[in-house]
Amino acid sequence: MSYVLQQLMNAFQLGSIYALIALGYTMVYGILTMINFAHGDLFMVGAFLCFVAAVSLELSFVPVILISMFGTALLGVVIERLAYKPLRQAPRVSAIITALGVGLFLENLTLALNPYPKQIPQLMSHTTWTILGVSISSLQIFIIVLSLLLMLILDLIVRKTMVGMAMRAISWDKAIAPLMGVPINLIISATFAIGAGLGGAAGVMYGLAYPVIDPYMGIMVGWKAFISAVVGGIGNIRGAMIGGYILGMVEIMVVAFFPSTYRDIVAFALLLALLIFRPYGILGKPYPQKV
Amino acid sequence: MENREGVFNKIRQFWGRLMHVRWLLPALLGLVFLASLVIHHFDLLDLYVQLVLMYVGINIILALSLNLINGYMGEFSVGHAGFMAVGAYIASWLTVKVFPVHLTACLFPLAVLAGGIGAALVGLIVAFPSFKTRGDYLAIVTLAFGMIVKSAIENIDVLGGPRGFLGMEKLSTLPWVFFWAALSVWAIRNIVYSNFGRGVLSIREDEIASDLMSVNTKEVKIIVFVVSSFFAGIAGALFAHLLQFISPRAFDIIKSTDILIMVYLGGIGSIAGSILGATIYTVLLEVLRPMGVWRMVLMPLMLVMLMIFRPRGIMGLKEFSWFIPVRDIFASIRWREKRGGR
Repeated sequence: MSYVLQQLMNAFQLGSIYALIALGYTMVYGILTMINFAHGDLFMVGAFLCFVAAVSLELSFVPVILISMFGTALLGVVIERLAYKPLRQAPRVSAIITALGVGLFLENLTLALNPYPKQIPQLMSHTTWTILGVSISSLQIFIIVLSLLLMLILDLIVRKTMVGMAMRAISWDKAIAPLMGVPINLIISATFAIGAGLGGAAGVMYGLAYPVIDPYMGIMVGWKAFISAVVGGIGNIRGAMIGGYILGMVEIMVVAFFPSTYRDIVAFALLLALLIFRPYGILGKPYPQKV
Repeated sequence: MENREGVFNKIRQFWGRLMHVRWLLPALLGLVFLASLVIHHFDLLDLYVQLVLMYVGINIILALSLNLINGYMGEFSVGHAGFMAVGAYIASWLTVKVFPVHLTACLFPLAVLAGGIGAALVGLIVAFPSFKTRGDYLAIVTLAFGMIVKSAIENIDVLGGPRGFLGMEKLSTLPWVFFWAALSVWAIRNIVYSNFGRGVLSIREDEIASDLMSVNTKEVKIIVFVVSSFFAGIAGALFAHLLQFISPRAFDIIKSTDILIMVYLGGIGSIAGSILGATIYTVLLEVLRPMGVWRMVLMPLMLVMLMIFRPRGIMGLKEFSWFIPVRDIFASIRWREKRGGR
């Protein structure tokens, strides 16, 4: 029993990180119907910014995570302005390929600047409590609570503020929203900034939980977060959160009860099964096809 | 300025006329095939150059086969390396473990064929989800499929698991690679311009409408996935016998992304585009090799620039007249005249 609870705790930790990254995918998709494949690499950049801020600038935890979030948010906006904005009217696929190209660029630029994997130092004191035979570290609690807090803030932003209303308006109808006075470019930039910032925060947390970081770490984690976004129903913010937790749960539970090399097979087979029975994800709505 | 335009026009006219000489393509193909035989036999070219040429050939097969799904049928498949892996592992297993040692060179085409057929069978499995799911969701299905193949191979100990599989002889030679590349160009060109190919294109334009026009969309999807994965498997088999070492990591998402880039660099829905895209991408990567890591920084940058200034890729739904059947050329000329001769 305590083993299962222990794994549940780990699953929550991994799921929180997936959910935070999945939010970036799903927000951009909801607004631009474009898959931002560079998002996983923004997550990686977030982890590297954390490393730079913690080791070279020797900052403490709070400024480190702020620097990472603002840095990735800025990077997200710059990428959107330079690479994606010219392609808004182009075929959808060219935007996707551009995103893949931007992702490769970020990976290889980081690789060229940091040829070796880096280790993120411990930024906060570790205490481990044992409750009911389950050992819980302060870091785990911290990751879970902080990501839930960030998601709550995001949910509030989207539902209660003017910016959120504008975002929802654009995702509802991109052509009409500007006519109603919605500054579409500004809102799209804001979306990229928020999504990338969450990705950067996820990068810091990932770096704290699994301290060795390398430039290619964003690929696998990014694709998995994308899968969580799709499982939840892409374009749906709460769906992305649920999808992230589901994927984290599945991955950890597979490793807990099967040989660890089966992780990807079982996780992805389950996802395929889910997509066969619910082709539009858990919270996604099947859009009617018009003839 | 005027002079330069005149020269440009002349070149274009000449190019147009060249493209309309129908016998030139078979003649060229025959010549290149002969050249490849001679080069291989007498080692006329540097081995490194030969290697790059073979990579170009393999990448042409890969790009073309992916173009069939992504460009002509308009789906978005991102797990192409998975099919390639199946073909590579089946063919290598055959040549190393099954075939008698002294016969491997003669039986190599059979191994390649078997790799292609195995990949095609796997492609059949992927075709079924494509009936219900479309767009990004189908992308996920293919992506997950690619990852499943990779981790399945990692769990099969007979195939070396994560350590990889080796022991293949270097059986992929310039003539063989050229032969298979030419075969795939021929086959895919004939599929695309056949009656069946119109069905494939109609799915890209509008699936519901093509269903109403009595295109059997399920059958079309199955056949397209099977044909595409067949050629990906063949490319994988050739790749394995060129590199002489394969590991599951060689067929991960990065490889799939490479193929995607080649297709979209060349332009979707264009055979010439895929050939150009694969050639330019492969050769450019090799030419920039002295730059070290920075070539991998420069390459994506160029890709992004290309996409911004030419979103449809180099060829983008255009085609060399060489690959278009005569009746189609006449049909398009007649159509243009009807519209008022532009």
